[in-house]
Amino acid sequence: MTAWIDHLVIAPIIVPMLAGAAMVIAGSDRRRLLAGLGIASTALLLLLSATLLVVADAPEVRIYRLGDWPASFGIVLVLDRLSAMMVALASVLGFAAFVFSLARWHRAGAHFHPLFQFQLMGLNGAFLTGDLFNLFVFFEAMLAASYGLALHGSGTARVRAGLHYIVVNLLASLLFLIGVSVVYGIAGTLNMADLAARMRDVAAEDRALLEAGLAVLGVAFLVKAAMWPLGFWLPGTYAAASAPAAAILSILSKVGIYAVLRIWLLLSGDGAGASAAFGATALTAGGLLTVAFGSVAVLASQDLARLAGASVLVSSGTLLAAIGMGQAAVTGGALFYLAGSVLAIGALFLLVELVERGRDIGADVLAVTREAFGTGEQEEDGEPGERDAIGVPIPATVATLGGSFLACALLIAGLPPLSGFLAKFAILSPLLAPGGGAPRPMAWVIMAALILPGLATVVAMVRAGMDAFWASPAGTPQRVSVVEFLPVALLLALCAALTVAAGPALGYATAAAEALHAPANYLRAVLGTPEGGR
Amino acid sequence: MELVVSLAIGVLAGSGVWLLLRPRTFQVTIGLALLSYAVNLFIFSTGGLRTGADAILGRGEVGTLAEFTDPVPQALVLTAIVIGFATTALLLVVLLAARGLTGTDHVDGRERER
Repeated sequence: MTAWIDHLVIAPIIVPMLAGAAMVIAGSDRRRLLAGLGIASTALLLLLSATLLVVADAPEVRIYRLGDWPASFGIVLVLDRLSAMMVALASVLGFAAFVFSLARWHRAGAHFHPLFQFQLMGLNGAFLTGDLFNLFVFFEAMLAASYGLALHGSGTARVRAGLHYIVVNLLASLLFLIGVSVVYGIAGTLNMADLAARMRDVAAEDRALLEAGLAVLGVAFLVKAAMWPLGFWLPGTYAAASAPAAAILSILSKVGIYAVLRIWLLLSGDGAGASAAFGATALTAGGLLTVAFGSVAVLASQDLARLAGASVLVSSGTLLAAIGMGQAAVTGGALFYLAGSVLAIGALFLLVELVERGRDIGADVLAVTREAFGTGEQEEDGEPGERDAIGVPIPATVATLGGSFLACALLIAGLPPLSGFLAKFAILSPLLAPGGGAPRPMAWVIMAALILPGLATVVAMVRAGMDAFWASPAGTPQRVSVVEFLPVALLLALCAALTVAAGPALGYATAAAEALHAPANYLRAVLGTPEGGR
Repeated sequence: MELVVSLAIGVLAGSGVWLLLRPRTFQVTIGLALLSYAVNLFIFSTGGLRTGADAILGRGEVGTLAEFTDPVPQALVLTAIVIGFATTALLLVVLLAARGLTGTDHVDGRERER
């Protein structure tokens, strides 16, 4: 393939990095310029990730060697179906959250724009890197930006939740470092593919230590993925964060899932010798416990934002339980589920803010922070909500919001006809009929774990929806500008597209999962000698 | 030397964990700092502890780790120190903000009623 396509692999990291740097230089007063840069960068990312998605849909894995050093010395970026899919999800969610924030949230505090770009850079980097230590660096870049975004808008609740979030994640980073250094001490490499190739040859007396190191590493990822009992920080933080920040934070927990998926399947696959399927039981059990905890949390949540946070827990748990089963077809279904749930939960987080606004809870906090920070261009713009509102107190707003809320509920609970149902079906169907034989007893447990949280979600969402749309006192004006509704509509339309094009999408996910379960191509691509004359 | 270093790591990590479990934000910050020192020492020690080893190869030498110190853990520890420093600074700012907004320096409790 031509050289420029090879360079596209690093573009999702470079574009937001340059945009963020330009925004820092431009200063935080030139809001129009910042917004323009942000739109340009997120739209370009959208295009890039769509291209990468197509490019990655091939058996061979695409490698980008930084400085063209061979993999044993240099750092590599790796593009396969999984990373292309994750980058695409991050870009879509980033675009939607950014457009949403332009209506008002981007004025609620300093440095929103650069932080947002660095957040996207960290996310894309974590998805693309093929090196454990680089994964740590991108994790930190992503987390540092997310600390800022979680605190965006300030206020007591955010600072309090943000403090917990930062402490928990710093601790997880330290565990990450311990894991990485143990792995390096035993295996002598940090390149994931090189590590996988060396797994078989680890001396018997060192294997326990190496597995301990990998387990510590896994704990660090699972804190991010919020597996029970490591996930108590999540609902509070996500509920307190501002809507666009919460939407982008919701994909951060999927980074933990991605890292587990990538590293666990690479290192404990068939080539791992005595370490094959190491830790699978712990993953499944942890996933099931997370689902149970998440369902109770969904039922117990008093407000919509917490409900959305709790459904992140359910989705993480479902994914972990499915991944722990170690069947390629099940993992394929899980990846399809991941795509749908990222989009749906992102849409729900954005929607929550629009719905709650009518009830004047978030609105007063916003007004206070805008008084504190809003300067300059804000006055000449006027109220965006007044200029292009869909409808002020007329039921059209309520109807659109209610319809979107219903779609979110169907997606997250996994009811037909939308993609949530298809995804759960895709996970269950290979579990219950593994090659025509009788299903394993564990399959029934997972089936219960997939269906019961759906019931809990339906109950909780119906209760919350009735409260928000039917029981709210008449006459409260709900102002929703087009700019705010479009991102929600975009995310839901993508979910609908996933439903309509479920065949190709599921095929893509299954191909990605099969490549993960048999990483021979990945190893060959990374460890092969670089082509000369480039 | 191994004994001294491992004792130092153990003491730092132990004190760090104890402080981390204390209720007030300042203790938590110091605990995190101590813990990150322990982790940094630990990363450094994974390269093997030796005195007087060359930093790089001399002219004409063949590279095995017997002749020079492993540079990778040193590079890792540098990165970890920088990142740890930055995030601790950020944590301190948030700590001050939380103190100002909530009027207490408890992590998630409240002052005892007097």
